[in-house]
Amino acid sequence: MRHLFRRFSIDHNPGWVFILPSLVLIGLLGLPLLALAWRALGKDFFNYALSPTAISALKLSLLTSTTSVLIAIATGTPLAYILARWDFHGKTAFELLIDLPVVLPPSVAGLALLIAFGRQGVFGAWLSAIGITLPFTTAAVVVAQTFVSAPLFVRSARVGFAEIDKQLEEAATVEGANEWQVFRFIMFPLAGRALLSGLVLTWTRALGEFGATIMFAGNLEGKTQTMPLAIYLGFERGLGVAVALSVMLVVVSIVLLGIMRRLERGSTVVMQDI
Amino acid sequence: MKRIALLVLLVAALLAACGPAATPTPASTAVPPTATPVPPTAIPEPRTLTVFAAASLTDAFTEIGHNFEAAHPGVTVAFNFAGSQTLSTQITQGAVADVFASANHTEMDKLVTGSLVQQAAPNDFVTNKLVVILPKDNPGNVTTLQDLARSDLKLIICDSTVPAGKYARQILDNMAKDPAFGADFKTKVLANVVSNENDVKLVVTKVQLGEADAGLVYISDSVSAPELKTIEIPANYNVVAKYPIAALTGALQPGLASDFIAYVLSADGQAILKKWGFTPVTP
Repeated sequence: MRHLFRRFSIDHNPGWVFILPSLVLIGLLGLPLLALAWRALGKDFFNYALSPTAISALKLSLLTSTTSVLIAIATGTPLAYILARWDFHGKTAFELLIDLPVVLPPSVAGLALLIAFGRQGVFGAWLSAIGITLPFTTAAVVVAQTFVSAPLFVRSARVGFAEIDKQLEEAATVEGANEWQVFRFIMFPLAGRALLSGLVLTWTRALGEFGATIMFAGNLEGKTQTMPLAIYLGFERGLGVAVALSVMLVVVSIVLLGIMRRLERGSTVVMQDI
Repeated sequence: MKRIALLVLLVAALLAACGPAATPTPASTAVPPTATPVPPTAIPEPRTLTVFAAASLTDAFTEIGHNFEAAHPGVTVAFNFAGSQTLSTQITQGAVADVFASANHTEMDKLVTGSLVQQAAPNDFVTNKLVVILPKDNPGNVTTLQDLARSDLKLIICDSTVPAGKYARQILDNMAKDPAFGADFKTKVLANVVSNENDVKLVVTKVQLGEADAGLVYISDSVSAPELKTIEIPANYNVVAKYPIAALTGALQPGLASDFIAYVLSADGQAILKKWGFTPVTP
């Protein structure tokens, strides 16, 4: 802070020009969270946090978001690798397709999923022919979460792979390594931090998914009612459970963001070392 | 210096935006300053009447709103249709509205208790009952009410916080008391529920999409969606859903609010509601 002030006093420009507007935004971002924590920290917090609704929402959220992240890793890593290292016709279209869910409103995602994979959906008949009905199942929650969150993993991993020096790959190939060995022993470890930070981002997004879930998976306690859904519906049921769950999500998000910051700081150190 | 002025302006705009919500929006009252001179008496003052109404009233109230606007030049009726429990929560949390029309007394009573409505005992303006709806191709092959307990069925109803969800559970209770259905009928039917929706129109949409084999909604909803198949629920199991209406104490247009309520209760208003499948209280 003092450093800032000194710089501006040289320009004869008062620092409050920067500080005042910033405080408005900081207040807007911070005060609601403070209020939430203030409301939550009553004697009933644990009653609400340990209520059956809260517990089943928490369990379901952890199960589905973890599954979504695993799917994102298993399918997103190869895709990111292809996008970062290979050149092919129509690559831009694929990149656009992957960026799209990040900016798309989740309600659009939910509607699109329902129209595609719903029972009467465009591909629904094929799915039911092989005995799969997605809507209103826990699997639908995972599909919705993966749809909105996996692109974040692909984006992060793609950058991670692209940043690796091409010469390393070439050297390994000269030494006789095949494509898989190059990936396994060179690319994967070197992109590790990018993959990890992509994982964290994906997980927070999956954990927070609401719009696509409520449209595609519906709302049933223990089956499709994740934490964000329980918060939304709890708002009308009495604020206690909603507030307790919100605080839990805020805490989880802070922890995950903290992990990501550490990872990012670590990766810059590595870059400087190189 | 120019930049400072700009920033101050921005902050001022931000603070102004955070001001009391009761201030009428400039867009609705502003008259173009360079407009050609017109005798002031010719233009009625533009006013907006805000009506919070149960989702089941969507079609009927939209039509009533158009008629009301036609009869009151310069008046715009702005609707907020949602589950009554959502609306009562919004009003309790400070949403500004003129009229509240609820699908049950529970949500209206919350506002009466909080002194948020003008009357101590708001009038019922209409009643409704429930019906079973099926997608037009009836994928679950549902033909009787007993079929609702069949274990292979996917059923969508409203959440137990929503009036239509409360009524649906009452009806299941009533049926379970009848040996023709069996004491475990309610449990079996509720086990078939794949989603508890937040308002009745969401149930209709999902049944229309064919995502569920059946849904429990108001008979008025089936009038709005004529392509759906229906199974009637006999009166001895059915409920009489009473819809109360009241002007809110925080109304910005109290005069218009009572005019609107009077119109809803008038012969014209009741005829529109009847057309959309509701039962008028003044036959």
